[in-house]
Amino acid sequence: MRNPISSKVSPIKPSGIRKFFDIVSEMDDAISLGVGEPDFDTPWHIREEGIYSLEKGKTFYTSNSGLKELKIEIANYMQRRCNLKYNYNEEIFITVGGSEAIDLCLRAMLDEGDEVILPQPSYVSYEPCIVLADGKPVIVELKEEDNFKLRKEQLLNAITDKTKILIMPFPNNPTGAIMTREDLKEIAEVCVEKDIFVLSDEIYSELTYSGDHVSIASMPGMQERTIVINGFSKSYAMTGWRLGFVCGPEVIINQMLKIHQFAIMCAPTTSQYAAVEALRNGDSDVEKMRNEYNRRRNFLMNEFKSMGLDCFEPFGAFYVFPSIKKFGMSSDEFATKLLQQEKLAVVPGTAFGDCGEGFLRISYAYSMDDLRNALKALRHFVEGLDK
Amino acid sequence: MNKEILEVISNNSAIPHEEIASMLNMSKEEVDKEIKAMEDEKVICGYPTLINWDNTDEEKVTALIEIKVTPQRDMGFNKVAERIYKFEEVESVYLMSGSFDLTVTIEGRSMKEVSRFVTEKLSTLEYVTSTATYFVLKKYKEHGIVMAEEKTGQERMLITP
Repeated sequence: MRNPISSKVSPIKPSGIRKFFDIVSEMDDAISLGVGEPDFDTPWHIREEGIYSLEKGKTFYTSNSGLKELKIEIANYMQRRCNLKYNYNEEIFITVGGSEAIDLCLRAMLDEGDEVILPQPSYVSYEPCIVLADGKPVIVELKEEDNFKLRKEQLLNAITDKTKILIMPFPNNPTGAIMTREDLKEIAEVCVEKDIFVLSDEIYSELTYSGDHVSIASMPGMQERTIVINGFSKSYAMTGWRLGFVCGPEVIINQMLKIHQFAIMCAPTTSQYAAVEALRNGDSDVEKMRNEYNRRRNFLMNEFKSMGLDCFEPFGAFYVFPSIKKFGMSSDEFATKLLQQEKLAVVPGTAFGDCGEGFLRISYAYSMDDLRNALKALRHFVEGLDK
Repeated sequence: MNKEILEVISNNSAIPHEEIASMLNMSKEEVDKEIKAMEDEKVICGYPTLINWDNTDEEKVTALIEIKVTPQRDMGFNKVAERIYKFEEVESVYLMSGSFDLTVTIEGRSMKEVSRFVTEKLSTLEYVTSTATYFVLKKYKEHGIVMAEEKTGQERMLITP
């Protein structure tokens, strides 16, 4: 029989998280700080709107680009939160989660051999999606001493004649790092000067704890060269609804929409009706969840300090990224031992790129009760190592 | 008043002060002081425990009573309310807008006990012109906490990217 598998797909490694997931699922009583989704249920008024749409029989396809009222609400939202004007009809459409938007954007924009600058540690799907779109990932290793921000010099060093896109994954999963207005200004200037497009993944935009999120698209000259990806999963605790959106220049949006039309048709209708309610009446839910995450973040940082675990202070998402370098173990070893000895699951930093070596991703999308128990186990483990 | 502390303890007054301090980046002494001040100012009026008596062998009956009263010259409703809330059986008293004046909730050991209280103590008060008593059949939610909910397990996968 001939080899049934594409030579482009078979070299792609499965996510590093997968391996760990398999071990953890075998244990009955493991506690986990390894989850990348909110612990809150979707607020009831949003769920209720989804149910109502089903009761009313709104079970058909929507237009390829999504419900008009949802696109209008998104345009309002972008104006309100990022001070960005988008035409709802030509510059916005609805995707199946932020993940689909990442894939579409890369496929619509890349030709074979085009280079994409990818800061790591970052979310697991950028690199394979670049490869699948025939692009070449150029990894920039973010440094702890820079608070895991992308620096202008790093960007300049990575740019070649073939550079087409820069991926901006901030607020960042797994480090929790954010980029401030000043940080973004430097990067934006380089992008304009070198004529580089930006894929800005702002899925955690509502979860920043030191002032409002700033979109790189709002920097001078950037809106015309930036694709902003966002969604409902993190801000409204709607992961399972699979709903994201994308805002950008019409020329790019049109081509992305073409792929979306043939590959997906449209995002789930029920989710779209629920999302309209989320954007119209959900600001206070977001604020409540943000405040709660922030308190847990403080709690974790203080606990780490008192147990002697080094960690830079992250101001975004719901992750902390402590360094375990001083214990003389690899991330994988540390995480494996922690799981075996204390039955506590965390994700090794290396799951998010080789430069995540020496770090762990710890999620605080857990109740205070869960965090308290888990940190007790972590403290016990760390204190055992010090001896 | 410290709104952040109130937010933290509003659903769980049993959180140790050390932990509140850690969550809000304050010292424990500061938290102690703020809470003490709010207790003194009667911002925090008490720390009752939310008990679901339905899950015990204990018999408890709750009734909600709408009361119409004639407000008294120089006394208004406050004096009337005070005469009512001083009874130990009375759980809460609210002054209402609308077609009646006071809502009173009563907790007793039996329907008989509650009925006796209403007929003998409440309706005989000189300012009370009428009462309507409603017995609570089941409590679904109280103080923002769902009481009747079945325990759901962890729905999330243990590790996700």
